[in-house]
Amino acid sequence: MSQYLIRRVLIAIPTIFGITVLIFLAMRVLPGDPIAVISSETSGTFVLSPEQVAAARASLGLDKPYYVQYLQWMGDVAQGNLGESFWTREHIVDLILRRGPITAEIAIIAMVVSWILGVPAGIISAVNRDTWLDFFSRGLITVFLAIPSFWIGLIVVLIGVIMFDWRPPLTISYPWTDPIRNLEMVVGPGLALGVGLAAATARLVRSTVLEVMNDDYVRTARAKGLAEQSVLWGHVLKNAMLPVITFSGLAFSGLLGGTVATETAFGVPGLGTLLVQGLNSRDWMLVQNMVLLFGLIVTVTNLLVDLSYGWFDPRIRYQ
Amino acid sequence: MMKPTAQPTVEEVGTRMVLGPQPRRRSVGSALAGIVRFARLSPAGTISALFLILIALVAVFAPVLTPYDPLAGDYSITRHAPTLQHLMGTDDLGRDVLSRIIDGARITMLVSVTSTLIGGAIAFLWGVASGYLGGRFDMLSQRIIEVLMSFPTLILAMLLLISMNAGIQPVIIAIAVTQVPGATRIVRSAALTTRSLAYVDAARCLGASPIRIMLREIAPQCLAPFFVVLTLNLGSAVFAEAGLSFLGVGVPPPAPSWGNMLGGVLAASFRPSWWLVLFPGVAITLTVMAANLFGDALRDFLDPRLKQQVS
Repeated sequence: MSQYLIRRVLIAIPTIFGITVLIFLAMRVLPGDPIAVISSETSGTFVLSPEQVAAARASLGLDKPYYVQYLQWMGDVAQGNLGESFWTREHIVDLILRRGPITAEIAIIAMVVSWILGVPAGIISAVNRDTWLDFFSRGLITVFLAIPSFWIGLIVVLIGVIMFDWRPPLTISYPWTDPIRNLEMVVGPGLALGVGLAAATARLVRSTVLEVMNDDYVRTARAKGLAEQSVLWGHVLKNAMLPVITFSGLAFSGLLGGTVATETAFGVPGLGTLLVQGLNSRDWMLVQNMVLLFGLIVTVTNLLVDLSYGWFDPRIRYQ
Repeated sequence: MMKPTAQPTVEEVGTRMVLGPQPRRRSVGSALAGIVRFARLSPAGTISALFLILIALVAVFAPVLTPYDPLAGDYSITRHAPTLQHLMGTDDLGRDVLSRIIDGARITMLVSVTSTLIGGAIAFLWGVASGYLGGRFDMLSQRIIEVLMSFPTLILAMLLLISMNAGIQPVIIAIAVTQVPGATRIVRSAALTTRSLAYVDAARCLGASPIRIMLREIAPQCLAPFFVVLTLNLGSAVFAEAGLSFLGVGVPPPAPSWGNMLGGVLAASFRPSWWLVLFPGVAITLTVMAANLFGDALRDFLDPRLKQQVS
């Protein structure tokens, strides 16, 4: 196990290095650096003199060679210094710590919703294959796979405003300060993201259960006279759930991407809205470090999924 | 339960679709027979394909089909609920929503189709080369793909968009890039399987150059999984365009896209208009659903073995 663990962790290192390089290249080396975009004649918001441009570039360290800029950035990140917002001068670390819990809550709610709705739906669909129950749940799956979660968000808010005169709260409250307002804030986005994920989960559960039900050991279980219920609970589901764990881990990446648009639809002040604000105001330091954060979270999640898989399924370790 | 995942992974799908050498030329008759077979196998897939063709036609003939100018506002009827004159109502500037949905089909499909084709073309060449050549090139390619896959789609696209100016072209490029890693993996796995088939060895023994083998022997075998991926990617491109434009970093206004029509509709007033939220979302959902269903049907059609296992 320890060998597997070490090998898997080592593979993540070049990936993380690649992530930082890709972000750096996208932000600096692609034509048009942040200052050029801000002050561009066609689309910029500011008119700057050449001296002002030079000063602004120097203040961001953009006048130094690329490798120096890259190493400085890495050094700062290693020390936990993510710099400050270009416009508000707030420390990015503080911004992330303030908004992070909200996004984390939303992601957890979405995950839990996807299990509560998706797993039973998939099992029911598979067990009652080709009955009206199966067709019904497959229909729902098809529809919810195609609905953007941010649009569900818009619909929920729309109904809230028109019918109940309710809007999601705009200022941050935490579960430990104002639990009710906090729930008002996170339940909507969590549900909107969760149902889409539930559809994907249900589709996977359905196909894994169907596949496992055809396996030899399930036939053996039936042959020795076990009741259908015991076959399902004792033999089928145990093995059919393994891929679901992996899937949920990998779906986390899509979930994080989804929070960006869904938080914006609800106007919830999480990490997603922070990234959008940064992008729209060309706050490049913010964007650079936020994207790095998202990339790192996904990489670490993938790592954990792989490790947990080695834990659950001994065959993987010895490959 | 010998495989770690019961749902075939993308690689497995790619691998299973390699069918061995096939006749290169097909007559019109056999193509028609194929279409009939497809229609019989999957009515849902056929309806989806017809729907996609309909959307494509609407997109192409948008300038003729729009009842009003999609960009011209009429300030006497701003944010008017649907009426017989304006079937889907009007927006904040009094522009006809139906006309904007029709013209939006043009822009959304332009962005989605082009980015899918560009991303797909890169992925196809890269996947074939990576799978056939193997070795260091493949090793490095795999690492790069892992890096690209470490970002959620929308966030990768946003990262690419920040240093580009606003416009449709950057959006196409950004979405195309997000499509590359997944598609490359599938093509690569098909190429890997084909590489070890006997007829490829035969070509090599006859002295065919690697380029020739890749183009004439490997590439045709990768086409089936590639088309499936392309179809499914069309759906995710529509999704991505909608997300980016909704967030205000995609297709810039005033040109309508289904995504940017949804941007800011709730913030615009205390009493948001339901028709401004409903219709663009329905357009997105139907199109993505059609692309997904068609892609699934195409996969079942091209690989009957998969259909039997997980229908």
